Amino acid sequence: MTVRIFVPSDAAALSMGADDVAHAVQCEIADRKLDATLIRNGSRGMMWMEPLLEVETPSGRVGYGPVQAADVKAIFEAGLGNAHSLNVGLVEEIPFFKNQQRLTFARCGITDPLSFDDYEAHDGLKGMRKALNMTPDAIVAEVTESGLRGRGGAGFPTGIKWRTVLKTDAPQKYIVCNADEGDSGTFTDRMIMEGDPFALIEGMVIAGLAVGATKGFIYIRSEYPHAWAQMNNAIELARTKGVLGLSILGSGRVFDIETRLGAGAYICGEETSLLESLEGKRGQIRPKPPLPAIKGLFGKPTVVNNLISLASVPIILDKGGAFYKDFGMGRSRGTIPLQLAGNIKRGGVVERAFGLTLRELIEDFGGGTHSGRPIRAVQVGGPLGAYWPDHLLDTPLDYETFTEKGGMLGHGGAIIFDDSVDLAKQARFAFEFCAIESCGKCTPCRIGSTRGAETIDKVIAGDNVVENLDLVRDLCETLRDGSLCALGGLIPTPVMSAMEHFPEDFDQESQGSGVK
Amino acid sequence: MAREIATEMKGMDGPLLPILHAFVQRFGHITSDAIILIADVLNLTRADVQGVVSFYHDFRTTPAGRYVVKLCRAEACQSMGSEELASNLEQALGIKFGETTSDGRVTLEAVYCLGNCALSPAVLVNNQLRGRADETKILDMVASGLVGAGQP
Repeated sequence: MTVRIFVPSDAAALSMGADDVAHAVQCEIADRKLDATLIRNGSRGMMWMEPLLEVETPSGRVGYGPVQAADVKAIFEAGLGNAHSLNVGLVEEIPFFKNQQRLTFARCGITDPLSFDDYEAHDGLKGMRKALNMTPDAIVAEVTESGLRGRGGAGFPTGIKWRTVLKTDAPQKYIVCNADEGDSGTFTDRMIMEGDPFALIEGMVIAGLAVGATKGFIYIRSEYPHAWAQMNNAIELARTKGVLGLSILGSGRVFDIETRLGAGAYICGEETSLLESLEGKRGQIRPKPPLPAIKGLFGKPTVVNNLISLASVPIILDKGGAFYKDFGMGRSRGTIPLQLAGNIKRGGVVERAFGLTLRELIEDFGGGTHSGRPIRAVQVGGPLGAYWPDHLLDTPLDYETFTEKGGMLGHGGAIIFDDSVDLAKQARFAFEFCAIESCGKCTPCRIGSTRGAETIDKVIAGDNVVENLDLVRDLCETLRDGSLCALGGLIPTPVMSAMEHFPEDFDQESQGSGVK
Repeated sequence: MAREIATEMKGMDGPLLPILHAFVQRFGHITSDAIILIADVLNLTRADVQGVVSFYHDFRTTPAGRYVVKLCRAEACQSMGSEELASNLEQALGIKFGETTSDGRVTLEAVYCLGNCALSPAVLVNNQLRGRADETKILDMVASGLVGAGQP
């Protein structure tokens, strides 16, 4: 029987030398005339082990990691699956992986991302086949029942958004996938595009069937060249297979997808700005209303969903809304693929039901800092999320609980900082980032961000610290209440949380020096 | 050639960004002549096109170096020392962010997240991604000639 060997083509794995490993594996297979085949899978999301080489054995897939090309010969010498210093045992028994609840990421890292046979062998297309035999109302009802909320950060119920588009009459409607994953500390959108792109395609087709849209766009950021290439390949294959096109799986129903490349603007992750960009304009915010669900892309009713939301739809249709809803806590239903990032020993993706605490995520899964020093601050939710100290780490990961405590779960990324971090610098960076990425449409964000950075500079320089901190607070209030969108509206969150929880970094004189 | 690219793509939904990307890929940057030409093909004003070009970081209006080093300077990479790496790179290359070395070899640019946040610091050199980047790795990439050119 042909032995299957896996080396990921995920960008994170490539960034650590996966292509060289794959080449070395090919050479060994050829030299030894082995009956073996190399598959370029996605990543399992255990990034500290990338490149993770896997070999299929009768007892399961055995992993080696992190592997460099120079290690490959010895792995083959020892006999595939046998003892070797890099052998990590059965991959699915590794606690980081085993203790997850993978629904959206069920196939990622396991299958060949560009094989429809593999996709279908792992439950792919089941949700879509069901949807093809359902009424639009029934599809929307199933998604509503699941409790799925927008995974991009806002957490708006997906079913309600879909219903609005379904009920709005128009000759043309659109499904737009927001794959402009610009928040630092997040990478699950990228991983799905590279590791299970058909799941996104299937989710978008189902969304189209649900609301009566025949065309979809995926807006992919240009910082993701690998995901861009993989997604385009996957769409081509889907057309060949009849999963996209004029008659989806011979049903007579129409749906097709085009990709569009972003151009390096963070703000285009905001849905109205993204729509402007898709239309070929400056990525400036549109005031709401009108909602995109009523007047969206090219003025037509449009579902704008985050990639993870759409990629979660197939399993909801396949197993039912009630199955999905069974996971989670409070009003946060289902699972969320969380991301461990920054100064972390075991970084990567952890998909779990809502309700896991931040500490469990960071310590049990992540194993503490990469540097081995104590954790001082954690930022969850990207550049607009709060900086939290240790005593808030027992907060369960859930939209409402995070909001109550002044934080934001966002896209589920957690960035870990050790005790070398200076929170005054981080607060300054928040303003600086906002100044760089502001679309310029509203004044608080455009001007306030620059003034904020200048004022924090004064604080750092020890110039009228108390007065200037008051000024920063005042400015934050203006930004929060007066900005048109979440960038200006939420940039006060990292700034104010840093000031609240780490005052010693802002007022070194009165707090005694030598903190840093 | 330029007119052919623009004319061929004008039928797309929202053609302007795809055309600008195609121009950067083909010609390296967007010239003022290109702006006039694209405006003409799409029946837009020159200001419309200029406004879009100036809004997005990707649409460069001056030629880049043979190697474009995009170093992530966002929070996850900051937590792993990317700011120190940034200033070391500036020093080693003798340029600031946004500049190109005088021999036209390297352009240094800041980028905010490459989606490799569990393997920070991250850098993209002509679309080749590196994790756990350090000064030596990056300088090797721009010296070795092993990294090919090209935009997505």
